[in-house]
Amino acid sequence: MCLGVPGKVLEVFERDDLPMGRIEFGGIVKEACLAYTPEVAVGDYVLVHVGFALSRIDEEEAQEIFTYLDEIHAAGLAEELAGDEPDRQGGDEGLAAGGEK
Amino acid sequence: MKYVDEYRDPERARRLAESIRRLATRPWSIMEICGGQTHSILRFAIDEMLPKELTLIHGPGCPVCVTPIEILDKALAIAGRPEVIFCSFGDMLRVPGSGKDLLTVKSEGGDVRIVYSPMDALRVARENPDREVVFFAVGFETTAPANAMAVAQAARLGLRNFTVLVSHVLVPPAITAIMESPQCRVEGFLAAGHVCTVMGTSEYEWLAERFRVPIVVTGFEPLDILHGIEMCVRQLEEGRAEVENQYARSVRAEGNPAARRQVFDVFEVSPRKWRGIGEIPASGLRLRPEYASFDAETRFGVAHLSADEPAECIAGEILQGLKKPHECAAFGIRCTPERPLGAPMVSSEGACAAYYRYRRG
Ligand code: SF4
Repeated sequence: MCLGVPGKVLEVFERDDLPMGRIEFGGIVKEACLAYTPEVAVGDYVLVHVGFALSRIDEEEAQEIFTYLDEIHAAGLAEELAGDEPDRQGGDEGLAAGGEK
Repeated sequence: MKYVDEYRDPERARRLAESIRRLATRPWSIMEICGGQTHSILRFAIDEMLPKELTLIHGPGCPVCVTPIEILDKALAIAGRPEVIFCSFGDMLRVPGSGKDLLTVKSEGGDVRIVYSPMDALRVARENPDREVVFFAVGFETTAPANAMAVAQAARLGLRNFTVLVSHVLVPPAITAIMESPQCRVEGFLAAGHVCTVMGTSEYEWLAERFRVPIVVTGFEPLDILHGIEMCVRQLEEGRAEVENQYARSVRAEGNPAARRQVFDVFEVSPRKWRGIGEIPASGLRLRPEYASFDAETRFGVAHLSADEPAECIAGEILQGLKKPHECAAFGIRCTPERPLGAPMVSSEGACAAYYRYRRG
């Protein structure tokens, strides 16, 4: 039951004085209560858990990991091109630097 | 699905695993708190991508698994009453109490219904004013905002036929209990991203400091988990013990203040029994006195029930990360998902069920 699922807000409305949303999860549409995420608007993605949106998903933060992965990848390629052993010092430093954000 | 598929890319996962391999110069034991993470780790064979020196210990973060047997007995006693419609999340139905489970009560004619949200139970109560509707309010900090809202809304609507059987647990006291155990082997934690989405990260700051242990708030997809492990290993290798947030797309440092306000308007912190671990002080939530009229234990007179765990089940050791499921003599023999002896075999988030499903033999 701890699974939270990201979905897209299709519509915002009110029921029994509570803000509600119609949320799409990969083609399936369900209702969720938006009382805890009053800032969300149609088109936003929210994390839904047992019928409640718990957060608005931050697109910029969501991309971080891919930027980081590209950096690691580039560092790995540079190393291969240098033709050195894969786990030599320089490579590790490159990775460490890439990890800081 | 956006925010799901891109975090399951095998090529990127391989790159992260490679990065972990380069970072790790020593053996480390890291505990993932949440059962949802355990499930992903087994399902996507993440543990098999890691260097041998790294051990993942599966933590207590499965609400179904840690719900003590006596709460199940209370649920069974209430659900068996003719005037009751008993509403529960689906994964609680097959958890054995001392005698039977909720599914058996249902097959014997009990009105037991699976709901997706506590608000569905509220709707059932409004549609059936002549019946007593009870919702089984279990879960961690993640589920508490939903359950709190259901109670608050029932109060606002003046519903008198709606009560909740509460068995709420909190993560930080469990971390403390694990770290204080003399057998503790955990050197770093992946904290549960959805719990922190509600609670924020401040509670974890003092845990990291007090136990000198790195804590990385982590999501649930394979790339999240690998990234969380990588961040944790980096801290361990560098001798740091800090709180870091891998799951920043959902977790803010302050958590979700509106959700937390609702939780602590309806509930208050209380001692709780954890299955197989025993009572942990200040480790759960109970209804505040203002909401006492919504307490199913009082309404149906079951508060006094108590029960012992089956002797053969080593759920306590599994939930503290002291043993792995296949080290249990009953695993896969006398205990299977079809005929579970203990809760970790029932829930899809439970470590025993995850091992049984993805790691046969
Ligand atoms: S395999 Fe079954 S009996 Fe053994 S610890 Fe897991 S749930 Fe308990």
